[in-house]
Amino acid sequence: MSKHHIEVTINGRRHTADVEARISLSDLLRDNAGYTGVHVGCEHGVCGACTVIVDGLAVRSCLMLAVQANGAQITTVEGLAAEDGTLHPVQQALLEEHGLQCGFCTPGVVMTLAALTGNNAKPSEQQLLGALSGNVCRCTGYQGIRRAAKRLACAETGEHA
Amino acid sequence: MKPAPFDYVAPATIDEACAALADAGGGATVIAGGQTLMPLLNLRMSQPFIVVDINNIAELKGVSRTPGAIRVGAMLRQYEVLTHETLQRDLPVLVQAVQHIGHHQTRNRGTVGGSIALGEPAAELPATAVALNATIEARSVSGTRQISAADFYLGPYMNSLQPDELVTGISFPDWPRNHIPLFRELAQRPGDFALVGIVGALVIDAGKISRAGLAWFGMGPTPIKASTAERMLVGQTLESIDPQTIAEEAIADTAPFDDQHASAEYRRTVGKRIFASALRDALKAGETA
Repeated sequence: MSKHHIEVTINGRRHTADVEARISLSDLLRDNAGYTGVHVGCEHGVCGACTVIVDGLAVRSCLMLAVQANGAQITTVEGLAAEDGTLHPVQQALLEEHGLQCGFCTPGVVMTLAALTGNNAKPSEQQLLGALSGNVCRCTGYQGIRRAAKRLACAETGEHA
Repeated sequence: MKPAPFDYVAPATIDEACAALADAGGGATVIAGGQTLMPLLNLRMSQPFIVVDINNIAELKGVSRTPGAIRVGAMLRQYEVLTHETLQRDLPVLVQAVQHIGHHQTRNRGTVGGSIALGEPAAELPATAVALNATIEARSVSGTRQISAADFYLGPYMNSLQPDELVTGISFPDWPRNHIPLFRELAQRPGDFALVGIVGALVIDAGKISRAGLAWFGMGPTPIKASTAERMLVGQTLESIDPQTIAEEAIADTAPFDDQHASAEYRRTVGKRIFASALRDALKAGETA
C-alpha cells in the first residue's frame, strides 16, 4: 500500500500530510486536518453532507481520494464566515429562513449554495434547487432550505420575490 | 466503510497509464471521476491491488473534430459537457443526457469516459453512445482499438475491454445541424437512475425521416438499440407516423427485468408511453424546424 505526501490549501491555510492512498478527502479534512464541519453521512455519495468546494466546484469529499486533492484549494464550511463572525450570505439566508434543524446536512447544503453563488455567479432559482437535489435533509422538510435558496437567487439577480 | 488498502499511481501520459495497467496484470482499476468507483471502494465491493488515476493526463481532456465525427476525450467532465459550445451546437442530445446524470456535485467530478466505460444499464451516456452509433477508442500497450458502442456492452457493468485497456475517447458520428434530439426518462427522484429511458436523434428531410438513431436504457442488461423503431421510422413521411403504433412495436426490442423499483411489466408500459410522447414531441419539433 502506497503512502503519498500531499500539500493542499484548506480555507486559505497550507496543510501538508502523508496519507495512505485509500484515505478519502473527507477523512483527510476531518481526522488529519481537524475540519469536523465536514460531515460524513453515507460515505457513498448519496447524502451530500460531506460537500466541500475544491478548486471552485462543489464536490462530495467522500468520493475523492485525499491524494487526488494534492495542490488543490479547498473550502470547508469553517472557511465561509468572516474573522469577526459575520456570517456568509448563504449561512445568513439559511438562518433567517429556518433552513436547518439538527444541522447534520447543513454544511453540505451551505457549501453547495456557496459554490453556486460564489465568484459573482448569478444562478437562477432553478439551478440552485436543482443542485440541492444532491443534498439529503431528514428533518426540515426542505421548505426552509428552498426559501433560503430562493432568496439567494433573488438577491443575486436583484429581483424580489 | 473505508476502502481496503491499495497502491496508487497517477501517470501523466496515456502510455504510462497503459504500462501501469499492463504491469498490474488485471489487478488494477482505473479511476476517472470516481463517482461510482469511490462508493464501490468504500463499501469494499471493489478491492483492487492498484488504482491508476487518469485525472492528470492532459491528452484525455477536451473535445475535437475528426473527419465525420466529434471526438470527446474520456476525461471530459460531465459539467463541462453542459456548457460546451461545440457540443451544445452539434450534439445537443449529449448535453440533454448529461443534464440527467446524478447531481450537480457528482457531475463536477464525473466524466464522459468513466460513465461510458462503466456501462450501467440504466445510465444515460452508454445508451446515448449506442443510439448515435458512437465508437469507443481503447488503448493498451499493444495498440489502439476502435470498438463500436453496439459491440462494447456485454452485460450489466460488463464491457469488451481487456483488463489492460483504457478508454481514451468516444467518437460520435456527425449528425446534420438540423437533427432533432430525442430524450425522455422516468426516475423516482432527480438524480436517480432511470427506471426507463429512451434517447437518440432524428433527421427530417423534406417532410420525411431520413435517419434515426435511438436506444433504450433501464430496459435490459445493457443499453438496447431501438432497431425496430429506427426501421419503422426511416423513410416515412411525418404525417404517416403514428407514435403509439411504433411504440407498441418498438417495445419488443427491450428485455426489462423486475427489481425493487419496478416490475418488468411496469417498465414496458411506461416505456411505450415515454417513447410515444418523446416521438410526438420530436415530430412536432420537426414540423416547425
